Amino acid sequence: MKELEYPFDGEYLLKKKKSIKRALLQDGSVRLRKKIAVLGGSTTDDIVKLLELFLLNYGIEAEFYESGYNRYYEDSVFGNEELTAFAPDLVYIHTTSRNVPESVFPQPEDSREEAERKVEEEYAHFRQAWEGIARQFHCTVIQNNFEKLPYRLLGNMDVWDFRGREWFLGQLNQKCYQYAAEHDDFLIQDIDWLASEYGLSRWDDPLYWHMYKYSPAVPAIPELAFNLANMIKAVYGKNKKALVLDLDNTLWGGVVGDDGPEGIAIGQETGMAQVYSEFQTYIKAHKRMGVLLNIDSKNQEENALAGLKRPDSVLVPEDFIVIKANWLPKDQNLREIASELNIGQDALVFVDDNPAERHMVANQVPLAAVPEMTEGQEPQPERYIQILDRSGFFEPVGLSKDDLKRNAMYQENALRKKQEAAFADYSEYLLSLDMEAEIGSYPPEYMARIAQLTNKSNQFNLTTKRFTQAELEQCAEDPDYLDLCGRLKDRFGDNGVVSVILGRQDKQILHIELWLMSCRVLRRDMEKAMLDELVRRAKERKISLIRGYYYPTAKNQMVRDFYGTMGFHLEKENEDGSTVWELETENYRPCCSVIRTERLR
Amino acid sequence: MERQEIFQKLDEVFQDVFDDPNIHVTDETTAADIEDWDSLEHINLIVAVEKAFGVKFGMGEVTHMENVGEMADLIAKKQGQGR
Repeated sequence: MKELEYPFDGEYLLKKKKSIKRALLQDGSVRLRKKIAVLGGSTTDDIVKLLELFLLNYGIEAEFYESGYNRYYEDSVFGNEELTAFAPDLVYIHTTSRNVPESVFPQPEDSREEAERKVEEEYAHFRQAWEGIARQFHCTVIQNNFEKLPYRLLGNMDVWDFRGREWFLGQLNQKCYQYAAEHDDFLIQDIDWLASEYGLSRWDDPLYWHMYKYSPAVPAIPELAFNLANMIKAVYGKNKKALVLDLDNTLWGGVVGDDGPEGIAIGQETGMAQVYSEFQTYIKAHKRMGVLLNIDSKNQEENALAGLKRPDSVLVPEDFIVIKANWLPKDQNLREIASELNIGQDALVFVDDNPAERHMVANQVPLAAVPEMTEGQEPQPERYIQILDRSGFFEPVGLSKDDLKRNAMYQENALRKKQEAAFADYSEYLLSLDMEAEIGSYPPEYMARIAQLTNKSNQFNLTTKRFTQAELEQCAEDPDYLDLCGRLKDRFGDNGVVSVILGRQDKQILHIELWLMSCRVLRRDMEKAMLDELVRRAKERKISLIRGYYYPTAKNQMVRDFYGTMGFHLEKENEDGSTVWELETENYRPCCSVIRTERLR
Repeated sequence: MERQEIFQKLDEVFQDVFDDPNIHVTDETTAADIEDWDSLEHINLIVAVEKAFGVKFGMGEVTHMENVGEMADLIAKKQGQGR
């Protein structure tokens, strides 16, 4: 819904939240259901209501628990029956600098040791809360940091002297960050930055605090809620994956077909050229974080490439996975880019200065994100970074090695496709790839990637069950579970962890709760290698029957008959399209002959 | 802005905030007359009224507002000052 995308009108959302919620719930879309506990140090009513809207817009229908006013500590440390019964999937602790008691701030007569002890004590208070939640609920925790105060008792000294409050809050924040760095399921929401960006004195309006115990002020709440929704959608694998970029007046100023490559604004010669260079630099940095870059431009291809080949262009043709520079409708190109990358249309962000193109793409490919890059016809390159950045399309909740290598892997895939064409026989081609798999229980160093894959894979995913990293770690330790993940290397590179299985043993039966594979290794027989190892381990555990389940979603059609092709027989077909399959381990013959497998623990 | 216009606009704001197209406010309307008008919705109402009329209420004014009539008086006064 356009109203819920950046830049949104927060006051409009606050006013219309009831009717907007109704409209979202009636739009017929299928959403993830999640339980979110909001434990607050202030009133959280409107935070929850606005968060609910933004999440609905991201395809997440949340049920909420709200702590009593300023009961975040008690709920976290001691719990209560209601919260225990609620069993949250995610806990958000919303506290602000308003929650730091007056007596805890350093005083002018304090020694450095005294001031540091106070930081330590206040940190211990919060750490107890986080540990309490981890102990009770084993779920993802989002804690916001502490924002600067709108006043400074010590003036400019306040930030660096140990008797300053800003110094105190800064030290406290550093301790929170250290905790975040050491705990995988713990995330920091940076409201310190948000408050600065919004304006400190408007963020902390005393009227809202003293009359209603709201912090931040109510008009700032949509900003807070939107930012939080961006993090939560990232936790549940709903980040975007690729940028699809226009060229003329988007990546450079002017029209390369008319002005020639020498006539476009890029480089350092003019202010306009510098603005576009800065934007290109910002885009290029996304590539290093694993965002896939692509081009969708109305141009002759040689003109498009000539623009990118200018020596002072930051982006070069090799930075892009798919380049569509032609005269076809942009929505058609966009759909083709999605299918060539093998990702959903909902993983794309279309960036174009032309409002007419944006309008058409938004209408024809409603799943793609189409940010309003300009207010009218005129390109506004000075605003491009802000709009993309604040939209939070790619909000990382961790940077795995895989993220850093993703572009290289997609480039390698393009190479493999070329190879494939050269072989007459497919299995000969597979053998030529020289594939090597490592298959075993979830190794601790891959847990973040395994969790990421579990929450992101939609197509090759039999049950589409989502697990947090903490839940997966618990299962891996539980002797009733059989956990298996596989990593695949070939002559073109390392694909990393690409497949995850989780089975629950009930005496002689193994129920497959999770079986998924990354789409970038489709048709490589990796699923066979996984099954071979699964059966081998099942036999070791005296399991005689493996029971697989298929639950249909809008995206996992491709694995509807997966178990059938793997030699399972259909046991049951339900009205909702879900199916149950069985395989007896006794007479199973290993079926993968093209991958060398090394067994891990 | 005429008082009648203020009330027309207030009607729209109240209808949006309380999500009820049948609400019509008068001088005497108070929180007791509108089912969802609790202290939490009151803030949203104030924010929406401020936005609709381009005014800002002080803390004392918010505290002492007794009914919609007083709200309309304040809006008229503030808009007059703005000119």
